[in-house]
Amino acid sequence: MEHQPPPFFNRGPAPLVRLTFFVSLAILLMVLDARFRYAENVRQVVALAAYPMQRIAMAPVDLFHGAANYFASAAALREENSALKMKQLRAAPELLQLEALKEENNQLRRLLEAQERSPRNSVFAEILYAARDPFSRKVVIDKGSQNGIAAGQPVIDDVGVIGQVTRVYLLMSEVTLLSDKDQAIPLQVLRNGLRAVAYGGAEGGMLDLRFMAANADIRSGDTLVTSGIDGTYPPGLPVATVTRIERDAAYAFARITLAPTAGTDRYRQVLVLSNETKPPPEAEQPARKPPRTKRQRKTE
Amino acid sequence: MQLQAHPQRILLPAKVSFIVLTLALGLLFDLLPWRNSAGVPELTAVVLAFWCIHQPRRVGIGTAWALGLLLDVGNGALLGQYALGYSVLAFLALAVHRRILWFPPWQQALQLLPLLLSTQLLTLVIRIAAGADFPGWTYFAGSFICAALWPVLSFLLLLPQRQAETMDENRPI
Repeated sequence: MEHQPPPFFNRGPAPLVRLTFFVSLAILLMVLDARFRYAENVRQVVALAAYPMQRIAMAPVDLFHGAANYFASAAALREENSALKMKQLRAAPELLQLEALKEENNQLRRLLEAQERSPRNSVFAEILYAARDPFSRKVVIDKGSQNGIAAGQPVIDDVGVIGQVTRVYLLMSEVTLLSDKDQAIPLQVLRNGLRAVAYGGAEGGMLDLRFMAANADIRSGDTLVTSGIDGTYPPGLPVATVTRIERDAAYAFARITLAPTAGTDRYRQVLVLSNETKPPPEAEQPARKPPRTKRQRKTE
Repeated sequence: MQLQAHPQRILLPAKVSFIVLTLALGLLFDLLPWRNSAGVPELTAVVLAFWCIHQPRRVGIGTAWALGLLLDVGNGALLGQYALGYSVLAFLALAVHRRILWFPPWQQALQLLPLLLSTQLLTLVIRIAAGADFPGWTYFAGSFICAALWPVLSFLLLLPQRQAETMDENRPI
């Protein structure tokens, strides 16, 4: 007869067996996540479990902000108020003209039979926290699929583009910043309309303008705006300024470093723009009969 | 022969609710908005290693895996990255748990350091294999700070087990 140890000595599978099981489970998840993107459902479920934790973790920060607001002196507020009024007044003539220019632009586009630029909806959001992953640059905002946010939408603040929504949960979304290594954005030099693509991942949160010929007409201090040819970012949003250009005769391309215009560590408020790019109109196709099945052919 | 550096105290049994509470507090600390500052200790890892060493029958590799998965999602990292790292940490902690408690706290911290460092190294290798850049040597600073925190944390986490329900002068508990 086989001897069974009493139940209070029974410790289940050996540690090495457990380790092998959980490590293979983790590796399976990683492969599914990194290679096939099948693990999004798992992530959604775990995210719901982690959500209360994240909100509680945010509480001390909210408290700090609340206290800072409470103790902001009336003088500082008055000063800010008058500064904002001045700013609004200065912007007023341009804003008034903008309506007229928009109308004129639409008319001209209609004349040219070009596609009208549709106004985009936007969702106001606040940055909850910067994800603590030293390998990527992401922030988490407090609006999710419940507020109509979808992956791929551009995110801006009051001075320029900060990034793109890359993952959406029910109540939160992850925004990948322009300075992330895997993030690219199509740009245009404001001065002469030269098109280029900027990549993140340069040191100190800077961007790289790659594949620009060494003799390209680009100068230090140039402003770069979104070109809009990707259909994701609306055209004309300021993105970065050129800070450094190295032209080396040994290489075909110049090394151009850009400083992003928008800063994510300054304000918490951002705007998520909706994607309203229509697919190109499909060519009219003549209605075809569905192919006949075997049975139909048999009955004939 | 007295092997121990200090005579060991007789401790009360650990409460499951206290273990859960401390692990949750560690998670909360790690999910605070740290803005990518290097050198912030991973408190969950230390608390997890502590319970793996002190309560190896209650906290083990499965708990570590689940905690890691929560951190993966909270940090927006590659799914399974922390889960793998913490499973290995828990396994290593279980492997040394019989030996490490014979040493005084600061020597325990020295023995814990390679465990934490190897966990971080594993995560680094995984992420570089998945296409990330090397984040700089300050990445490893977290482990050293974690190890430095170990004596304080292990004192704090043992406090509830040191308090007797009724005081008695003649009893060692």
